[in-house]
Amino acid sequence: MVDVDPQRAEQRDEQPLPLLRMRGIVKQFPGARALDGVDLEVRPGEVHCLLGQNGAGKSTLIKVLAGAHQPTEGEILLDEEPVTIADPVAALNLGIATIYQELDVVDGLTVAENIYLGHELARGGVTRRSDAARNTREILKRLGHPEISPHREVGSLPAAGKQIVSLARALSRDARVVIMDEPSAVLDSEEVENLHRIVRELTADGVAVVYISHRLEEIRQLGDRITVIKDGRTVATSLLVADTPTDELIRLMTGRSVEYAFPERPGVPEDAAPVLEVEGLGLGDVFKDVSLTVRAGEIVGLAGLVGSGRSEILETIYGARRSTSGTVRLNGKRLGSGVHAAVAAGIGLCPEERKSQGLLLDEPVYRNITLSTFARFARGGLLDEGAERAAAREQIEALDLRPASADRDARTLSGGNQQKALLARWLVHGCRVLLLDEPTRGVDVGARAEIYNLIRRLADDGAAVLVVSSEIPEVLGLADRVLVISDGRAVHDGPADDIDEHAVLDLVMEGSAA
Amino acid sequence: MGPALRMGGLVFALILLVVVGVVTGGDRFVSFGNVTTILSLAAVTGVVSIGMTFVITSGGIDLSVGAVVALASIWASTLSTQYLAQDYGWWVIVVTALAVGLVAGLINGVIIAYGKVPAFMATLAMLAAARGLAELIAGRRTQILEDVDPFFDVFQARPLGVPVIVWIFVVVAAAGWFLLNRTTFGRRTVAIGGNPEASRLAGIKIKRHTLYLYGLSGLTAGIGAVILLARTTSGSSTHGTLLELDTIAAVVVGGTLLAGGRGTITGTVLGVLIFSTLTNVFVINNLDSSVQAIAKGAIIVGAVLLQQWFASREKATST
Repeated sequence: MVDVDPQRAEQRDEQPLPLLRMRGIVKQFPGARALDGVDLEVRPGEVHCLLGQNGAGKSTLIKVLAGAHQPTEGEILLDEEPVTIADPVAALNLGIATIYQELDVVDGLTVAENIYLGHELARGGVTRRSDAARNTREILKRLGHPEISPHREVGSLPAAGKQIVSLARALSRDARVVIMDEPSAVLDSEEVENLHRIVRELTADGVAVVYISHRLEEIRQLGDRITVIKDGRTVATSLLVADTPTDELIRLMTGRSVEYAFPERPGVPEDAAPVLEVEGLGLGDVFKDVSLTVRAGEIVGLAGLVGSGRSEILETIYGARRSTSGTVRLNGKRLGSGVHAAVAAGIGLCPEERKSQGLLLDEPVYRNITLSTFARFARGGLLDEGAERAAAREQIEALDLRPASADRDARTLSGGNQQKALLARWLVHGCRVLLLDEPTRGVDVGARAEIYNLIRRLADDGAAVLVVSSEIPEVLGLADRVLVISDGRAVHDGPADDIDEHAVLDLVMEGSAA
Repeated sequence: MGPALRMGGLVFALILLVVVGVVTGGDRFVSFGNVTTILSLAAVTGVVSIGMTFVITSGGIDLSVGAVVALASIWASTLSTQYLAQDYGWWVIVVTALAVGLVAGLINGVIIAYGKVPAFMATLAMLAAARGLAELIAGRRTQILEDVDPFFDVFQARPLGVPVIVWIFVVVAAAGWFLLNRTTFGRRTVAIGGNPEASRLAGIKIKRHTLYLYGLSGLTAGIGAVILLARTTSGSSTHGTLLELDTIAAVVVGGTLLAGGRGTITGTVLGVLIFSTLTNVFVINNLDSSVQAIAKGAIIVGAVLLQQWFASREKATST
């Protein structure tokens, strides 16, 4: 814990009573401790910034406040009174409103209907549309958006407009604490200005805003105090924004308590042949002009924030998205379009969302492993399940997939073993290029080292590996070379040894401030 | 619920119906003639349900099968088709019906796979259009097959005492079982139904496969039209009315997941037999067909409720 110099804290201490206080919040999920003692103290009329890396526990914390999760331990006080936030409705009734990153508005309803969703103004079951419209107009005016008509369909509004509707909904419930999860991520610079103005007006009215952002510059402009969480714990609370240098913040966010064990890097020989060559690849507004080379035996990592375009780069190389510019070459030959061409050429993707993009959850493991190869084992269209099982078993053994059964449903496997099943799919296929998107997401700490070793072994066997992770230490520890992606552009490309977590964070945060 | 238990439930339901039939109908129910009648009447729904099983297993739906049966029966019984059949042989009628079904199905497939129109809407449109075209061609008249005795010689024969149309049902069902369980085509179908995105990212060409699936469903509708032509000796634009609902009901009651990812031909056959036996029990007892419809509705709801109950229990125990 870093304590704030009390004298300095006093300067802003006009309202001594905290509005919201969280003490020792613990949230235990089966197999994972998402929060491990979080303290937070929010005063009325302040913008309290919550800072932490991906996976630090910010979203879980928000969900506890929003009533979506129940804390395992710890207490929440509102006006110094202990409260229980049993469900999202309870949170709203207590005056705690949450603006999620994925704006939870209903596109098919009007602005007024959205704002009064769940607490419709009605008499005898008949909605009082004119009252709702009038109140909506008032709230929108207060938010500085009198031009949005209460009768407009929300789906026709841009992201910024939807955010306003979300905010208006919070105000319609007389929220005293508004939690905003990366609200500026979806906005352009002008819209960000307006958002900041609104936040300032809210705080002037005594509303407390808990503001989550990765943009340090924004935090400097807007924030009053900062709480930093890391690995589910509060590492510093109530730092004054004005007095805390950026260096200090990054140090607080990065200093790790969980040490990852990464395999040795044998070093890629200088003359190793380039296998995957990407040149000037672009996908509309998502990313532009990305060039990279992966050689045989090399692991290249892409580091960047969520939304920076990392996953899209992998999917575009793979042909799952149609690039708008640039070329992808495999062993010097230009790759045809579409996933099928990539797979046929020997490129395999382990997608970010294993369950929704990777696996047939209700099918046996061996059929998941042979999903791209069953036709190859077949003769004249007739499946050879014996050969499929044998190939699957071989990989199950080689990757130490547990339980070592080919016939269990994929659903029953743990995250780490599901990941192994996906890797096994491409090993059976004989892929020489592996694209791994968040290979350790949802994999517990013990199994992570195993996945890292596996990936390194595949590279040692001559595979070219391109890996994306939102955990910077993972990219730095695993990869031979690192590309830093910020706002859809590669802002750095160099050996992993030459850059540290601090520098990467610096790059992605500065880059996205524009 | 394991597949064995599911099948056990269906067999039990079928036996229950048979017992009711025996008790209420006695000899009239158990006679060989009545059994072949049940099977003959089940043949059209049965054959079309096999194609439907594939479509539903892949996560799709084909509402157009009844209308396609009507169109194929009309096209295969026009005067010009009949003349050609007299000149070249009975197979002209068969090929025409199958071709019409296949083409209608492929049109569905193109619109769904490449036009990205939801299957529900694309096949609903085909339902309207195919029946409309059938009415237009026939001028809303029933077209009687005349002077094509070789056609009837083939399709009204009874090898081993069993009508040819029942044999067709048996062969199509067996071929469907084989295709779904033993071939790459079947594996792709299940994979796409289970997780289309994962299948796409694994390199399966899901658009092309979707096209084939609706083509297959159209083809089985064409076979259904041949059976109807043989049984009723005429083509009609009212053939196959509401057949889409009967087939979907049989497929889902049989245990194929409406959401896709799991399909069973055996279950579909049992589902078809349950409904046709039910109809027969009502008919031989001279009961109101409206009551029969109510019983049918109850069976559908009951079967799906059971399915969901088992599915939720399965999920609860496995995660």
